[in-house]
Amino acid sequence: MCTVCGCGEGESRIETNNKQHDHDHHHEHGNDHQHTHEHNHEHDSTHNHDHDHQHNHDTHDHHYGHGPAHAHAPGMSQARMVQVEQDILGKNNQYANENRRLFSHKGILTLNLVSSPGSGKTTLLTRSLQDLKDEMSLAVIEGDQETTQDADRIRATGVAAIQINTGKGCHLDALQVGHAVEHLSPEDESVLMIENVGNLVCPAAFDLGEAHKVAILSVTEGEDKPIKYPDMFHAADILILNKIDLLPYLDFDVEKCIEYAQRVNPGIQVFQVSASTGEGMENWYQWIRLVHQTRLINRPLQTSKTEKEAEIV
Amino acid sequence: MHEMSLCEGVLQVLETEASKQGFNKVKTVWLEIGDLSSVEPEAMLFSFDVVTKNTLADSAKLNIINIPGDAWCMQCSKSVSVKQRFDECPECGGYQLQITSGDEMKIKELEVE
Repeated sequence: MCTVCGCGEGESRIETNNKQHDHDHHHEHGNDHQHTHEHNHEHDSTHNHDHDHQHNHDTHDHHYGHGPAHAHAPGMSQARMVQVEQDILGKNNQYANENRRLFSHKGILTLNLVSSPGSGKTTLLTRSLQDLKDEMSLAVIEGDQETTQDADRIRATGVAAIQINTGKGCHLDALQVGHAVEHLSPEDESVLMIENVGNLVCPAAFDLGEAHKVAILSVTEGEDKPIKYPDMFHAADILILNKIDLLPYLDFDVEKCIEYAQRVNPGIQVFQVSASTGEGMENWYQWIRLVHQTRLINRPLQTSKTEKEAEIV
Repeated sequence: MHEMSLCEGVLQVLETEASKQGFNKVKTVWLEIGDLSSVEPEAMLFSFDVVTKNTLADSAKLNIINIPGDAWCMQCSKSVSVKQRFDECPECGGYQLQITSGDEMKIKELEVE
């Protein structure tokens, strides 16, 4: 479920899945016996089943002290207080942390690319892959509602890519990304780019386990987008201002736009680029190289530690 | 729509907690909702009744604890209150603010049987 727009999740699928079943059974038997069943089957190559069964028996109301509170005194309620202290998005965050642990263990730098549709995200990505693939190992997870067109565009550059079609969903979630990573199995110490579904609202709330969110905004959009969609620009560490080659033809105030972005996120770093002419792209590459290097600083240490542990065992 | 799916998230947590902490009826739910979380409490109350129908939280009462938006102003070196993410500092008019509270969306506690 998406907490922002309420879109469904029922039809999400990862490219390599060739069979998928979604079942939803609901039975109601009068008022003294009630069952709710929800069956979910997902078949992929490794054959996985997920079942979720729930039974609610509501009307056996004559227990005096069977409940967890074990209250036996007449008239005393069995009600008790339970501290939960849980984030409503807790489940997604849990999956995201698992992804993050895996990425850190394998030394993978993961970037989550977010933007509205048509900002030139895929063009920026294919150009970056083309220019960087000789110096580092790369992999891509593509999120779209439908079609594998973007993943096909990425694969044409020679970089491994996997498509997630979210179906009714408007964003990628951490569980989908976890499954996609299993299929894609990116190399250790590689850079994994996740191209999120084109949407400036919902992806802001969903942590995928990435190191950084990178927001892409094109100058053909309004310069006030950062304050119109503050959550997204607040969550992002990097703002890429794309299509700057079109600035002479437009009435777009770059300084104003950056000022708006810094209002919602004082620490945001801005790169002005044109993915079609290549202008400014070098700064973006330099940033990727640097964070990638930072990621690897502790690697040799970690590896030798694991080897030592292996020796002891 | 937004609040409807949030309530589904709440119900999911209730169901998990029910099997973990051994209860089968929820009577009251306390949520902490921050001013900056873009959640509409009115819509939340409405959606909660709809979503929890015929579940372990059927006719449970929903209490929303409002958390006001607070931010740290770097220029004034003090805590100030804000209504929106992109508000300026009410004292100095600057935008060097770090949100310190108000973006909560949390299930705080439950009264269960």
